[in-house]
Amino acid sequence: MILTIAARELRSLFLSPLAWAILAVTQCILAFQFLSYIENFLDLQPQLAARDGAPGIADLIIAPLYGDAATVLMLITPLITMRALSEERRSRTLSLLFSAPVSMTEIVLGKYLGILGFFVCTALMLTFMPLSLLDGSALDLGKLAACLLGLLLVMAACSAIGVYLSSLTQQPAVAAVTTYGALLMLLILRRTSSLSSGDSGVLGYLSLLEHYENMLKGMVNSTDILYYLLLVLLCLVFTVRQLDRMRLQA
Amino acid sequence: MSSPPLIQVSDLYRYYSQSCAVCDVSFELARGDVLGFLGPNGAGKTSTMQMISGNLAPSAGAIRICGIDLLDEPKRAKCEIGYLPEQPPVYRELTVDEYLSYCARLNRIERRRRAAAIATARERCGLADVGRRLIGNLSKGYQQRVGIAQAIIHTPAVVILDEPTVGLDPIQIREIRHLIRELGRDHGIILSTHILPEVQATCNRVQIIHRGRLVFADSTAGLEQRGRASSLLARFLAIPDGAALQQVPGVDRVELLPGQRARLFFSAADPSEALVERAVSAGWRLVELGSERNTLEQIFIELTTADSAHQQAEAAA
Repeated sequence: MILTIAARELRSLFLSPLAWAILAVTQCILAFQFLSYIENFLDLQPQLAARDGAPGIADLIIAPLYGDAATVLMLITPLITMRALSEERRSRTLSLLFSAPVSMTEIVLGKYLGILGFFVCTALMLTFMPLSLLDGSALDLGKLAACLLGLLLVMAACSAIGVYLSSLTQQPAVAAVTTYGALLMLLILRRTSSLSSGDSGVLGYLSLLEHYENMLKGMVNSTDILYYLLLVLLCLVFTVRQLDRMRLQA
Repeated sequence: MSSPPLIQVSDLYRYYSQSCAVCDVSFELARGDVLGFLGPNGAGKTSTMQMISGNLAPSAGAIRICGIDLLDEPKRAKCEIGYLPEQPPVYRELTVDEYLSYCARLNRIERRRRAAAIATARERCGLADVGRRLIGNLSKGYQQRVGIAQAIIHTPAVVILDEPTVGLDPIQIREIRHLIRELGRDHGIILSTHILPEVQATCNRVQIIHRGRLVFADSTAGLEQRGRASSLLARFLAIPDGAALQQVPGVDRVELLPGQRARLFFSAADPSEALVERAVSAGWRLVELGSERNTLEQIFIELTTADSAHQQAEAAA
């Protein structure tokens, strides 16, 4: 049932030109970045070859590329999630789901997984770029996997926030603006915390990208994974409650 | 024991902040019933239907669908409901077939029965030719049909239709009414509408809701009984004055209308025969004569305006 709703969501996303445009634009930008990182690496290669234990492709190309990807994808998340529930409310299609034998949790999970499906597509498209380096270089697949996992977790958290904020309003634009606000806030948190003191405190812990950076270095900590999963869980529980409240207030 | 009624609504209340949109509404629906739900705008029709279909949580009261409590076991109860809201809940970017297949899956129709269910629903709603067209490109009437197809695809015990004939052309309205009567044979149907003749044409029971309360509930057969003729409408080429008409035996009161017409009220026996005789002998040149029934419309207007007059009086006091 969840998968039925998710499949419909994903299909509707790809039936609109928006999803295709977003895929194309991100792919272009990230491909450009990818090429410039390769050029940079090639410039440095003679010096790197001389040193022992020098950073490799994974550190000089893949990590910055995935760092950029997270920022770019955070900027496009609101565009994808803004319509998730607000559009259904506006066009009154939500009552189709409400009067079908489906629970609120199934509705929310279905919607969420549909949107996540889109981001998995983008992340996989991105991953083809570093994979193309397999031919002719020693690529650290472990580090690549860590980066991919990190990116997927960041996307999962961002889209959960987006889905929740989209359940609060009937206007997709309002949902988009609030999602931008929330995501930028989570970005800024790290800046402010690192300015005030050398090590990042509580605010730093809350920051969305702080945990991502560990993974870019190839470190997969359970605390980082838990942070993202908790954020996702929190947002989805709020969304389910919001849908329930919609039935109470209508 | 016989099987429980398809719908059993008891003491249903719904408040929007302070105002009470639905107030102490109770009724039952049996298999084979087509219930017409009438009321002026904002009377609480849609709220009631939304509550029965699970789109709106009641403030108090219980709803049982086929004996299953909607609030305790929503999933099981909702299997037996098909709901068409005022605006058909269609995804404009999908084709009719894609949409119906999605609805079939949402309503947990088994995979092997799915194709047959879609075909039947399409057939019944006259959508056979438009299966591959985008819903967004269909006319309002066809979108409405897609909405109805969505409500009956899983052959639910109860079909709830909120103003199903709005925006349809007269031929489509006739087809939809025919469809509703046909569905009424083996489903229970609740139908809300503003069009009073529609109720008389399709329903076997009528309920009027006004300011959140049920003010009238009867079968359409009972309504016919109530609707005994109570006035005559006549047109004369040489119309006499009111006093002369009043003297026809059996006429209580006369109302002269423009266009040489007169309405003659009576309470006991029908004075048509006496009127014709008098008209011939007095040379009034009677050319039209018809009896006016106490229609649903009159009952409706009586119930919904008498109460508001009463309320105004209350407010003034």
